[in-house]
Amino acid sequence: MFGPLTTLSPRPLFPSPSIQPIEEYDIMAIEVRIPTILRSYTGGTKVVEGSGDTLDDLLTDLDSRHSGLRGRLVTEAGALHRFVNVYVNDEDVRFLGALDAKLNDGDSVTILPAVAGGAPGVSATGHHVAAAPAEVRAPRVTAS
Amino acid sequence: MLSIDRSIVDAIVAHARRDHPDEACGVVAGPVGSDTPTRHIPMENAARSMTFYEFDSMEHLRVWREMDDRDEEPVVIYHSHTATEAYPSRTDVSFAGEPGAHYLLVSTRESDTEEIRSFRIVDGVVTEEPVRILDAGVDPHAVQSYMFGQSPATVDYECSGR
Repeated sequence: MFGPLTTLSPRPLFPSPSIQPIEEYDIMAIEVRIPTILRSYTGGTKVVEGSGDTLDDLLTDLDSRHSGLRGRLVTEAGALHRFVNVYVNDEDVRFLGALDAKLNDGDSVTILPAVAGGAPGVSATGHHVAAAPAEVRAPRVTAS
Repeated sequence: MLSIDRSIVDAIVAHARRDHPDEACGVVAGPVGSDTPTRHIPMENAARSMTFYEFDSMEHLRVWREMDDRDEEPVVIYHSHTATEAYPSRTDVSFAGEPGAHYLLVSTRESDTEEIRSFRIVDGVVTEEPVRILDAGVDPHAVQSYMFGQSPATVDYECSGR
């Protein structure tokens, strides 16, 4: 006879073992700010979340949901592109070990394509053009 | 079309002259979605080069955060060419990462005339646009349009209202 009363009671009579969030559900704790030009990979979203112990892990994690994003930031040789700036909190990751930069929950990662350019003469030397950023280069480049 | 206050254009040209023969670079921020450049932010050219410019990465972060906090965006991104025309180079095009911005180029190759031109650079395609210089201090309706590289040398800078 007490069974139904217990069931109808708005609160459990005895505290049930508290349900803790399973850790794996709670690890997407790094905020990543996506620049305009890469928002096509995030459905237009400016801030996404991801997880990883290092920047490398984070970018792999992000790529699983935002396919192609990693390829815009990391070269085929597996290094961070020269003309993409990535920051962990207030630090440029180049001073933190680049892709090996360690990350912690609550960190904020900001990605900014470098703002750079140069006079036409530079192309002739190939000096800077050799390093031209495939990651920020638009898909179509006008032939001339 | 880029509409921009004469006082800002003057400040950009002054910055380009000051840094000549190195390339100068900077941003003019404006309220998000307004397409109106209101706040001139001269940036350091970390490359300190006559043929290349690059924002300093830490200054870049600071300025972009500041714009975010103020609900602004980079309406204009400018730089100078110091020996060549004010037209985006292939390098400029390959780096152009702000499809919503007006890319303003200033040539300082002539010491007595300014060459100011504005472009959209989207998906690697360069489109020149007219520059409308607003004389806010004189008469909001008195505007002059410059298209396709017309030199503002014809402009009487004494009347800029500064």
